[in-house]
Amino acid sequence: MAKVQGAVKVNQERCKGCDLCVVACPLDVLKLQPKEVNNRGYHYAYMHNPEACIGCASCAMVCPDGCIEVYRVTNK
Amino acid sequence: MTPEEIMKPENLVYAKPRLLNDNHMHYCPGCSHGVVHRLVAEIIEELGIEDSTIGVAPVGCSVFAYNYIDIDWIEAAHGRAPAVATAVKRLNPSRMVFTYQGDGDLAAIGTCETIHAANRGENIAIIFINNAIYGMTGGQMAPTTLEGMKTSTTPYGRRVDLNGYPLEMSKLLAQLDGTCLVTRQAVHTPAAVRKAKAAIKQAFINSMEGRGTSVVEIVSTCNSGWKMSPAQSNKWMEENMFAKYPLGEIKNTVKK
Amino acid sequence: MEEKRLLKGNEAIALAAIRYGADGYFGYPITPQSEILETLEAEMPWETTGMVVLQAESEVAAVNMVYAGAACGKAVFTSSSSPGVSLKQEGISYIAAGELPALIVNVMRGGPGLGTIQPSQADYFQATKGGGHGDYHLIVLAPSSVQEMADFVYLGFDLAFKYRTPAMILADGIVGQMMEKVVLPPARARRTDEEIAAQCPWAVTGKNGRGHANVMTTLELNSELMEKHNERYQQTYRLIEENEVRYQEYYTEDAEYVIVAFGSVARICLKAIEEARQKGVKVGLIRPITLWPFPTKRMAELAAQTKGMLCVELNAGQMIEDVRLAVNGAVPVYHFGRMGGIVPTPQEVIDAFNEKFNEAKK
Repeated sequence: MAKVQGAVKVNQERCKGCDLCVVACPLDVLKLQPKEVNNRGYHYAYMHNPEACIGCASCAMVCPDGCIEVYRVTNK
Repeated sequence: MTPEEIMKPENLVYAKPRLLNDNHMHYCPGCSHGVVHRLVAEIIEELGIEDSTIGVAPVGCSVFAYNYIDIDWIEAAHGRAPAVATAVKRLNPSRMVFTYQGDGDLAAIGTCETIHAANRGENIAIIFINNAIYGMTGGQMAPTTLEGMKTSTTPYGRRVDLNGYPLEMSKLLAQLDGTCLVTRQAVHTPAAVRKAKAAIKQAFINSMEGRGTSVVEIVSTCNSGWKMSPAQSNKWMEENMFAKYPLGEIKNTVKK
Repeated sequence: MEEKRLLKGNEAIALAAIRYGADGYFGYPITPQSEILETLEAEMPWETTGMVVLQAESEVAAVNMVYAGAACGKAVFTSSSSPGVSLKQEGISYIAAGELPALIVNVMRGGPGLGTIQPSQADYFQATKGGGHGDYHLIVLAPSSVQEMADFVYLGFDLAFKYRTPAMILADGIVGQMMEKVVLPPARARRTDEEIAAQCPWAVTGKNGRGHANVMTTLELNSELMEKHNERYQQTYRLIEENEVRYQEYYTEDAEYVIVAFGSVARICLKAIEEARQKGVKVGLIRPITLWPFPTKRMAELAAQTKGMLCVELNAGQMIEDVRLAVNGAVPVYHFGRMGGIVPTPQEVIDAFNEKFNEAKK
């Protein structure tokens, strides 16, 4: 098991599907929904590969809409 | 552990600042404004100055900045934000006063107010979003538009013989004795965001401490105006904008 | 305590503002009103009352500083002369739209264009009909003496705060430049930040523990809400029209003819009237003190008891339009004006009066 595990919660309704978090993620955790959209019609971001997340918050740093909450645990 | 197990309050390491409210921002997807808004809100929270901060909003895309950051604001007429901030700070010297302006507001219609506020060394912070285009009115040429860059009013590219040269406001403002901090930053990568945040924080502290005028230029993208995706815009900015507007500190007279 | 001084009108404005407890002045030099800024700088009120005085980079910057200060709930003012007041119109429109109290002084000179530095009343339309864009009014006070230059600073600020609307002192270059004895009104203390927060709960001060943000904006893209804002402005204007009309009359009780004049011109006309009265001509004077709200009702009443009216102005005929609207055709209303900085003598007024009304008798 990885020593550091992370998870991100995307505010789906606030997300505009700009893709910048997907590009910023160093571990390819995030993707935009390929088909599903939110109420404003945006393909919002989601954790496509959650196991890889280390909670580095790179996605949240570059998110223009403050949609992303980042959680992190260190396994001992 | 599953994501659900990890997503517990005790494990939270990053969340949107409280002062960036839940109003849906009108900015286009991927717009740099949102990141800078978030940084402003974060810094005000971290410095504990929510009750003593007055922001001055411009005319341009960020005209509605006051709808998103929960502090006291004054919406200025186009270009007049530095004059408005001057009076606010002089009449309320205990307040942290900042303007938030785009390139049209600060570098075209408001050049006079910007230069004179900075030259008087008004104790204000100026956040200058430079995306080299007029976003709100539909992508017209800005004073900072790059040579050869296409906009709706330079459809064949900006020609210096017709439109003059891209205006380097930060370089110009750094020449003035009234400025204590002039720095050029960006928010396209996590590392850049952290540096930009440090710069804005310094500017806000300078306003509180009465050290003179601080200018934080954020070289930004306007993917709608540039007609590219947000990710492509970041790449284009790195390749083209940074050549004309290199990032880094231009002037800092505050002893660290 | 009051203080008796010999002052220029412009100096009286500056000293009265300090005594009123004004929080700030922002201005840009232009003849014939530069003494206001000069006097304030010489007095250094920041050392005594704490009042801010700043020579701005332009009239545009100065009026936007006033917009800002007013948004903070402060008592702030600016002054200029005609070409400079044209530059300020954008900011004045914002101040009106923001429902902000502020004082603007225009010491008029002849125009249009760069014009002349000599006295004029050619900005009547600009002052009373809005001046900038959008539907709005200013409370417009027209002083005819140095005493009134001082008094109207108090009155202008008080009315501006009472109705949350900008007020203007529309002076001509004569009252700005001439010297007279003036009794400066008793000094008032500047309001404290606590008083401002209590009296102006809308003021932008920093959230200051109030829990919610105060935002001063004049932007409203929802047309239905924007119409509501406009209706609210108009309600305020109706209230001002009902309560704040001010004018002064001389020899009107038995007057067969009435001269209408404002500012320093009213004093020239009064001299002419006194000479005419000695020859048995029953002529009176009404001097509107508030040019907006205009003394429409009183004008109509006077028309009912007279044979005709003569408007004397330092312009091509501006206030006469409001007089004619008020009189509504009941009696003939004539105009006599000089322009370009020329001020008529009392004899010229008498000659004009005789010419207009003798011609009418033919």
